[in-house]
Amino acid sequence: MNSPQNPDLIIENSTKWSISIYELLHKHFIRQVVYVPDSGHSSLINQCHRDRTIETIVMSTEEEGVAHLSGAWLGGDRGLMLMQSSGVGNCVNMFSLITECRIPFVTFITMRGQWGEFNPWQVQMGQNTHEILSLSGFVVHTIDNPEDVVETIDAGLKLAFDSSRAIAVLLSQRLIGRKEFVEK
Amino acid sequence: MITNQPLHRREVVKCLLAETKDLLVVSGLGSATYDCAAAGDNEKNFYLWGAMGGSVPLALGLAIAQPNKPVLVITGDGDLLMGLGALTTVGAQAPKNLAIVVLDNEIYGETGAQPTATAKGTDLNAIARACSLKVIDDVFNLGKVKELSQTLYLGKGPIFANIKVEQETPPKILPSTDGVFLKNRFRDAVLS
Repeated sequence: MNSPQNPDLIIENSTKWSISIYELLHKHFIRQVVYVPDSGHSSLINQCHRDRTIETIVMSTEEEGVAHLSGAWLGGDRGLMLMQSSGVGNCVNMFSLITECRIPFVTFITMRGQWGEFNPWQVQMGQNTHEILSLSGFVVHTIDNPEDVVETIDAGLKLAFDSSRAIAVLLSQRLIGRKEFVEK
Repeated sequence: MITNQPLHRREVVKCLLAETKDLLVVSGLGSATYDCAAAGDNEKNFYLWGAMGGSVPLALGLAIAQPNKPVLVITGDGDLLMGLGALTTVGAQAPKNLAIVVLDNEIYGETGAQPTATAKGTDLNAIARACSLKVIDDVFNLGKVKELSQTLYLGKGPIFANIKVEQETPPKILPSTDGVFLKNRFRDAVLS
């Protein structure tokens, strides 16, 4: 039977830089974090859930998160969406809400189907995430190396809220580690 | 089985918005947006012109950001059906200041009156109840609509009411389509 073995490894990798990201959320006054989960985000999601100053909410689909954070902004809250690359495809029409209203929007996206992917069903979105986001009006930053995490995310959050832009930060598969399924 | 006469959507919305106090209103695309504009344009209305399926989750984010202000979604059955999953999120978060009113005409009124699933038996009140929302049944006359409008301010949500309305096309009353204007106007009104 196939069983997911590697999430532990991914969580170990992601814990190192998720602490830095978590501190940046406070620096930039993020009040609502919405997500559709991914192993690569799990440490950060857990940190946010433990933080009573942040509303951390799971969405039934990623497009719901786009609308949710638009409403949060209309009510004065800054938000952040966490998703994986496959989720970008679920959002495309809803992105018109943030571009047409020019609502500041930030999403951190863990990449699948990009680098040594074992699951072919992830490849289509993984290979097209950057282009789809660009076509949808996003400024896209990509992080390949752990040492770039803090600076890139800090800059992305500042750009989003100071310049009223949609920002996507892609956390590459080289950064988060490949997900592998092995026979047990 | 008793079937009640469907209501007129403009009368329902006019009744709901007769005394808005500090009510924040989010309208779903299409007729619901025109209905809210027809009841009187208001800086505390946020009209959707697209983003189908987005009215409920947008209102949830707003309700969480502004927990002391009542938030009302007015939308159609088509918009709600496109984002049904959002009802599960609303139920899980259970914001007391959120109410969702669906004007259910059982058709996609903007695109040629094709039937929605509610025309074939889908019961939106039953779905909302299964998502742990507080459902107000039997809103089948304007007196009941008036009662519903008074519950919006009690902080006893999340409230949900599906109201059957006529398949009619009232005159189009169009608010601004300028998203940046609508956003800034609404946000200024909320945060002032």
